[in-house]
Amino acid sequence: MSGLAYARAASLESATEVIGSHRAAEVIAGGTDLLQRLEEHVLPPPLVVDINGVEGLRAIEVDDHEIRLGALVRLNQVIESAPVRDAFPAIVEALIVTASPQVRNLATVGGNPLQKTRCLYFRDQSTPCNKREPGSGCGALEGRNRINAILGGSEHCIATHPSDFAVAMAALDATVLVVGARGERRLPFTELHRLPGDTPHLEHNLAPDEVIEGYRLTRTPLARHSHYLKVRDRGEFEWAICSAAVALELDHGGRIADARVAVGGVATKPWRLGQVETALQGRQATAEAFAEAAALSVQNAVAHGDNAYKLALLPRTIARALTELRERL
Amino acid sequence: MGAIGKPVARVDGPAKVTGTATYAAEFHPENMAYAALVHGTIPRGWIKSIATDAAESVPGVIAVVTHLNAPRLPWKPVDAAPVDPGEGEQLRPLHSDEILFAGQPIALVIAESQETARAAAALVSFTCVPSDGAGLVFDRARARPPSDGTRESYPAEWERGDAEGAFASAPRRIEGSYLQPRLFHNAMEPHATIAAWDDEGKLTLWDKSQWVDNVRDQITRNFGLAEDEVRVISPFVGGAFGSALRCWPHVTMAAMAARIARRPVRLELTRRELYTAVGYRPYTLQDVKLAADEDGRLRSVIQTAYGLTSAYEDYGEEVLDPVGMLYDTMSARTVYRLVELDTNTPTPMRGPGAVTGVFALEMAIDEMADAMDMDPLEFRLKNYAERDLKKDLPFSSKALRSCYETAALRFGWEKRDPRRRAMHDGNMLVGYGMATAVWPAMQAPASVRIRLFANGTAVVRTAASDMGPGTYTSMTQVAADRLDLPVERVTFELGDSSLPMAPVHGGSMTMASVGNAVAAGCKKLRDDIARLDGAEDGEHPVETLMRLRRDSFEVDGAAEPGAEAGTHSSYAFGAVFAEVRVDPDFGTVRVPRLVGAYDGGVIVNPRTARSQAIGGMVQGIGMALMEAGEWDDRLGRVMNANLAEYLVPVHADVEELEAVFVESEDRIFNPLGVKGIAEIALCGVAPAIANAVWHATGLRIRELPLTPDRLLMAEQAARTS
Repeated sequence: MSGLAYARAASLESATEVIGSHRAAEVIAGGTDLLQRLEEHVLPPPLVVDINGVEGLRAIEVDDHEIRLGALVRLNQVIESAPVRDAFPAIVEALIVTASPQVRNLATVGGNPLQKTRCLYFRDQSTPCNKREPGSGCGALEGRNRINAILGGSEHCIATHPSDFAVAMAALDATVLVVGARGERRLPFTELHRLPGDTPHLEHNLAPDEVIEGYRLTRTPLARHSHYLKVRDRGEFEWAICSAAVALELDHGGRIADARVAVGGVATKPWRLGQVETALQGRQATAEAFAEAAALSVQNAVAHGDNAYKLALLPRTIARALTELRERL
Repeated sequence: MGAIGKPVARVDGPAKVTGTATYAAEFHPENMAYAALVHGTIPRGWIKSIATDAAESVPGVIAVVTHLNAPRLPWKPVDAAPVDPGEGEQLRPLHSDEILFAGQPIALVIAESQETARAAAALVSFTCVPSDGAGLVFDRARARPPSDGTRESYPAEWERGDAEGAFASAPRRIEGSYLQPRLFHNAMEPHATIAAWDDEGKLTLWDKSQWVDNVRDQITRNFGLAEDEVRVISPFVGGAFGSALRCWPHVTMAAMAARIARRPVRLELTRRELYTAVGYRPYTLQDVKLAADEDGRLRSVIQTAYGLTSAYEDYGEEVLDPVGMLYDTMSARTVYRLVELDTNTPTPMRGPGAVTGVFALEMAIDEMADAMDMDPLEFRLKNYAERDLKKDLPFSSKALRSCYETAALRFGWEKRDPRRRAMHDGNMLVGYGMATAVWPAMQAPASVRIRLFANGTAVVRTAASDMGPGTYTSMTQVAADRLDLPVERVTFELGDSSLPMAPVHGGSMTMASVGNAVAAGCKKLRDDIARLDGAEDGEHPVETLMRLRRDSFEVDGAAEPGAEAGTHSSYAFGAVFAEVRVDPDFGTVRVPRLVGAYDGGVIVNPRTARSQAIGGMVQGIGMALMEAGEWDDRLGRVMNANLAEYLVPVHADVEELEAVFVESEDRIFNPLGVKGIAEIALCGVAPAIANAVWHATGLRIRELPLTPDRLLMAEQAARTS
């Protein structure tokens, strides 16, 4: 029968062993997304491995050089952390506008970047979706796609990645700490997620036996001067239709020495905009420079009908985020 | 005396907040089993094969029911209830191999637990053959008059004067098309039914219902039973907004399942199922043409509505009722058309028809005022109707002028800069907008049974419902008032078809209908007691009972509409004022302030009335800014069928709400002087917000909801034109 098996892991090692040997098994931490999928029979895993009992994954560790987040740190725990707020404001700001307080009390930083897309076709199991059922087609390409991606899509999938936290992490050059059957490894956060290409069902670069143990964030002046801005369809408790995580470092002459720009709600994965960052470098931090650089964000964007408004919204969101950030530097 | 008009706290409040109020899914008859549904996925066609073996072999599964093995029910003909469409036949679940819409239930699994039933339902496999049907694309070229177009409430055509001629010759004219999407009730409580048959073949249903008598009548006929063989119990309803007016197919399926399982069965719908198992407010496209004289007098109002219906029932609603009566216009014309799609049938949702029609009309009125360079409120006052020109009758009461004045004053309308895009708050554009609200006041026959005890308590019983407005509380107040007892000594019981007949709990008419029956019953009780041998003049009836050593005294009371329907036109009115803040870069709209003033007749309980009014305002914010069923016209599905993707307002979307009830009583309409307030509270909110968005931005967006994509695309269109 299509029942659900449940296993409790005492250590990450035992968790990796179980998920490595059971096809389609999934780790459950906060469960705020996984339970929705179970309820609606959207890729329900046959086995969930609960890692909430694993020791050592609940801490936010701070030193002069870096901050480490354990995978089981709850979203609200990060928001309440003064050191993270001070050193990585964009991360805290992204989390404050994530979901609702109740969800943030349960959801973890390890699970959040691995939540599934909100694409309407992925979430309705009676419709075609290459991500849910490879080869069944993409319902969104010519369907109801006002929330779908204009960046990073393919002819097989234009589902947006829904996480705010992941956008801030991508902007601030976070490192993912991964544990698998063959031991530990590190992965730049920007390499955690995959583009859909012709395999949209493969969403990340973790091996079947690998789990996220936590993250490392290096303290930099750039990261301290970061900001997150989210545009959404209602006041709270809603995913972004467009968001931007930005960071700026100015030299003594007020010129932009370094910049980071990542965007969400518009792309198939947390999306760094290297060409915008490059365009900002060396410019005076003016509204004009921001607008000119932000305009480059949609150079390679492709709209699909209902989501065409994002071509206008994305550059404005980036420019506004940069303007708001400059005002408090 | 004096309980009417007092802000009495809800008498059922403690039960609700402590979790002891029992909703339909929460009854637990002994040995209860659980049901889950399997749904077809194609929008039209036939079931070719259906395999139930895998589901049947799951431990804990009691039975799997499909059209192949379902019991043949008699389906005795039913006279359409007022909540049913006038034409067509409701879906008969598991009755044949025909599929009429995507999401139609095609199998039912009964199991020992809810989880087992759901898991086994996922194992039922089937194949279908698609066929041509009504289609999935809403195309006005396929529109046709409603097949019961002679029905007085929504005529295919209606005209007073020569509206087209007046339009053609008028000096000032505007016209536009307005779209309101498919909207869902999305009450907090999901629909659920528990069915139990006893040894004598009698059926008890615990159901989420706004009308237990109607569910009893429908089920009685579907199963070929006598009226006293079906009892429907529904003491609490967790919101409904119209979704629980009809007796939907799942109620029949629950009763069917209990008969097959030979034990009580619960069928509780999932949130996604609520988008196909019950109805919704239909997608409606409207064209409005207005013409005026140079001095701002309306000469012609012409409004055409194209409403969505299913291919198997003709659902129509009174979209165009306000057109002929809301303003003092020299001529008016309405045209009502339906467009069939292969989808489930729409149903009334709070303010059915009027909310839709007023949205288009009140946006158009605003556009006309702008075209005339007149203040929107001044323009409406200039065309104020002192008489119902549609029915050619005087109003039994109308305090709309007082609503306009009160709301405008409280809102600070005089601070509005008449120019568009002229008011700012920092980077934000600020807009003020307003709209009129209207809803026909209605009364239906109702009855009650009242027992007064010599210990000074009373019990009042009727088959009415309380879906949240506070029926329990307000009826208790009416009885306490008329029996001259303290509120806490009166108990009101409802939600049981074995109690005296009550009409549907909808259309804002419960207080006018049941309230007047309670008042009439109380009067009869007092009169009858006063006529007892030994009764003394002027004494309280409790004193009489005590003195005569009678434990209690019971009467049946009733009320029905009087002759005033032929001599007067009765409506509730309102005026809604909205302030918006629009982010000019992102197209996001916030509503910092809504002020509504309402003429609902006598307000029995200002506390629950305010709650109902601000609830309507919140729903109006949703309708204006975020709510829409996203219909995929290739698949025939609403794609956002859950509360994560179908947005309703959250706390952060709601700021200052002010609801005022102006001085009003309508003793011509009924003895209590009440008109009703449920529907009026939603009516007018969306157009007030849309008009404010226009004032803020200069963008006239005639499609709801006003989401950022619509604002940004409208801005682009405005820039290129």
